Amino acid sequence: MASTYEPIATTTVAVAATAITFSSIPSTYTDLRLVIVFKAVLAGSNPGYQFNSDTGTSYSYTAINGSGATASSQSSNSNNQCYLISASTASTAQSQIFTTDIFSYTGSNYKTLLTTFSGDLNGSGNVSGVVNLWRSTAAINSVKFLFDSGTMAIGTTATLYGIKAA
Amino acid sequence: MATTYSLISSNVLSSSAASVTFSSIPSTYTDLVVRVSGRTDTAGQAIDTIQLQFNGTGGTAYSYTRLTGSGSAAASSTGSSVSVINGYYVLDAATATASTFGSVEIYIPSYTVSQNKPLNVIGAQENNNAAAYMAATAGLWTNTAAITSIAIQNGGGNYVSGSSFYLYGIKNS
Repeated sequence: MASTYEPIATTTVAVAATAITFSSIPSTYTDLRLVIVFKAVLAGSNPGYQFNSDTGTSYSYTAINGSGATASSQSSNSNNQCYLISASTASTAQSQIFTTDIFSYTGSNYKTLLTTFSGDLNGSGNVSGVVNLWRSTAAINSVKFLFDSGTMAIGTTATLYGIKAA
Repeated sequence: MATTYSLISSNVLSSSAASVTFSSIPSTYTDLVVRVSGRTDTAGQAIDTIQLQFNGTGGTAYSYTRLTGSGSAAASSTGSSVSVINGYYVLDAATATASTFGSVEIYIPSYTVSQNKPLNVIGAQENNNAAAYMAATAGLWTNTAAITSIAIQNGGGNYVSGSSFYLYGIKNS
């Protein structure tokens, strides 16, 4: 049986950074998976993804979120990044997690993502599920994880995995 | 290129058990994944909670934030300074439709890193009935020790025969 779920690249933030980019992503997989364990520095700094250096308004999202008190849902389109909304709570004490699956990233259809966010901060926090769409038929060859303000703290890690269907 | 997502250990119950523990977890991976297909014998109810403890420690070092759905409403809840991470009613129990088991995945990144340990738990106990539950839980173990054991508990009953538990390790290089 063919091996699957292979690490493509990983990075650890050594100095506070505004973005992490994986470039030259090989086209030899079926799906991609990103696992990001981060500490946010600035409250309200919305994280997200951009692909292939596209900064246009070709991204959208629909999210469901639990704050510990209420459940809510929101959506937005024509954004300049794939917002992973709700992960905006600043904490340098606790790490928070994104796991994102990017399906059929080399296909010629628009690209869909499914993300789970876990950000329990010991007495507060959020948990979310987010679906995103990048309206591009191009194969994804680079992924940029960024905040629209603020930085990621030292120790933030991001790993990109490739998953083969066969 | 290295292949990852390796099976570390598994336990498919041939008789009931109050909990299942994976111990002596090697430190050679980056992240851990636990996949559970579980049902309990807790009497008088169709649903049961999945609960997690690490390294045999109880105390008050656990907290969680949950997003839940019952089939008719969505809600959110939280707990802090508690003795387990409670992943909500994602297990089937005694009065649930026969032969149904809850499905749960637990993802624990950076389990050997010297920091408090975040994790997520996603599960559902859909049982072909009017009410069923799913939940996403953000958990936190406020402890900087490497995770060497995981105890998978429930709300008070026993996991029934046929419940299965798989522990995988993921390497990032």
